[in-house]
Amino acid sequence: MARRVKAKHGFTAWAVLVYAFLYTPILVMVVFAFNKPSAPALVSFHGSNICGIPPTQIGNITVWNGFTSCWFSAGLHDPTYLPAIVVSLQIAAMASIISTVLGLGGALALARMKPRFRAPFDTLVYLTLVVPEIVIAVALLIFFVQARNYLHIFPALGMGTILLGQVVFNASVAMLIIRARFVGMGDQLEEAAYDLGSGPMATFRQVTLPRLMPAIVAAFLLSFTFSFDDYIVPAFTNGTTNTWPIVLFSAVRFGLTPAVNALATIMLGVTVLAVTITALILRRSRVQATPRQEQAPGLDAALGLR
Amino acid sequence: MAVVEEAEQEAVATPVRRPRRSFRPRYPAWLTVPSFVYYAIFFLGPMAILVAFSLATQRGFGSLSYGFDVSQFRQVASSLYVTIFVRTLVMASIGSLLTIAVGYPLAYWMARYLTTYKLLALLLLIVPFWTSFLIRTYALKIILDPNGYLARDFGINILYTKYAVGVGLVYNYLPLFILPVFASLERMDWSLIEAATDLGARPFTAFREITLRLTLPGVVTGALLVFIPMTGEYIIPDILSGGNYEFVGNVIGDQFNQAQNQPFGSALAIALMAVLSVFVVVYIWFARKEERFGG
Repeated sequence: MARRVKAKHGFTAWAVLVYAFLYTPILVMVVFAFNKPSAPALVSFHGSNICGIPPTQIGNITVWNGFTSCWFSAGLHDPTYLPAIVVSLQIAAMASIISTVLGLGGALALARMKPRFRAPFDTLVYLTLVVPEIVIAVALLIFFVQARNYLHIFPALGMGTILLGQVVFNASVAMLIIRARFVGMGDQLEEAAYDLGSGPMATFRQVTLPRLMPAIVAAFLLSFTFSFDDYIVPAFTNGTTNTWPIVLFSAVRFGLTPAVNALATIMLGVTVLAVTITALILRRSRVQATPRQEQAPGLDAALGLR
Repeated sequence: MAVVEEAEQEAVATPVRRPRRSFRPRYPAWLTVPSFVYYAIFFLGPMAILVAFSLATQRGFGSLSYGFDVSQFRQVASSLYVTIFVRTLVMASIGSLLTIAVGYPLAYWMARYLTTYKLLALLLLIVPFWTSFLIRTYALKIILDPNGYLARDFGINILYTKYAVGVGLVYNYLPLFILPVFASLERMDWSLIEAATDLGARPFTAFREITLRLTLPGVVTGALLVFIPMTGEYIIPDILSGGNYEFVGNVIGDQFNQAQNQPFGSALAIALMAVLSVFVVVYIWFARKEERFGG
């Protein structure tokens, strides 16, 4: 018994270390969003707003120089950051809607299809997820350039091509999440509805869809996040459009500025909020589940993490 | 069930006009048509043209002629690029092994010892998973900066080396590994362990003979789930090695960004997929087994 307790303490200590490893960089980033420019930089700078110092003259900002909150307004008023965030939000909204609709259709039909028809489609779905994104991105680049040369219905490189490219793997993610729930919840209630004389459409609307809702919401949110955060596909298929990850990437590459930390902190806040809300929705939907129903797939499954 | 299946096959054999009533609802197969068409155009299409490009010949800047030219692949097989392929695979293997070593005990701890705080522990893993990859890598860069505290006060100055890339791989992919492994540990029946120890097995023996065996498919799936994208990694080597330690993905990107040698870049991409295909086949096999979709 004593040995078990000892083992438990060992594991707990390890867990604390791992969580520290995961969160220290993020916390440091948040703290340094409130960091002043270095003292030498401030001495040689004579403007009124200390966050107006150009990034190249900011000095060492990876050590603590003092507290300021002006980076948040500096970041939000930057002429390149905000429009890029708006573009990313627009793309992510459309990409996640299209992906969820495609994924829902695929999930419903595939889950109860005969294995010999399902297997090839399944393989295709998994392939879109396991082919490295850089390969998909360069393939999409040459595809869109060539397609536009021959057929003018294809959009030129820009928002449209980013959107079309991102839906490829987001639809697969959505399909897997929705299907996991659809398969997990069994078909007794649908059978019962059919038995009681309800038609296919009514059964879908009144029985299947409400029970699938948590998975649909999770699929939508996850593909929204993936699309919004995606750097690689937009980096190759953007033409001259700038998305937020593209702007962030070049800022990260050419030096650090707390304005980027500030915007990243805001994003982090939004993420924490989204995860919490999703968890609450899923928890409620689990409580409402009818007795002897599915072994409701856990939070992890519905968030697409299985 | 068998009766229903038979009835359905009969129905397929003799077409009926009236909508057939089955007690096992099925959704029409045409629902897959939109997604299938989408994949055919925007996934299989680009892949096909990638193959065509890899066999084409570059004729000056930006123009090329299609054909069956394998010289690009001969260049891929040259020692310079083989070195990069080997380096990528070695780094991804080390990264995956480290991820297992760090992540498995945590997943075990969550599944075995936590009750009230299990959901919280899970949420604390999901937040990094949902946070932008780029932001997490950026956060790591701040910590590792040569002027930062870690370098100045602890002497850990590893930014722009392969060690930074290794740390970055583990840091970014840890949640992606832990979550599926946790799921397979959650499905475990812990009374088996109790039975084993009651019958005199030492705790470690019980772990090795029962827990490890039962969760091995989950561990393999999780490990491949991180190994495959690590091999195609682009962002981490770029930001954390500053171009000193490029992966295959970075070399592919360079062919399209700077060198403008698209046939060669395509050939590299095809070669990367060929190398990965072995692992992908194993992964798909395990993943389908694990999920038992439509079982």
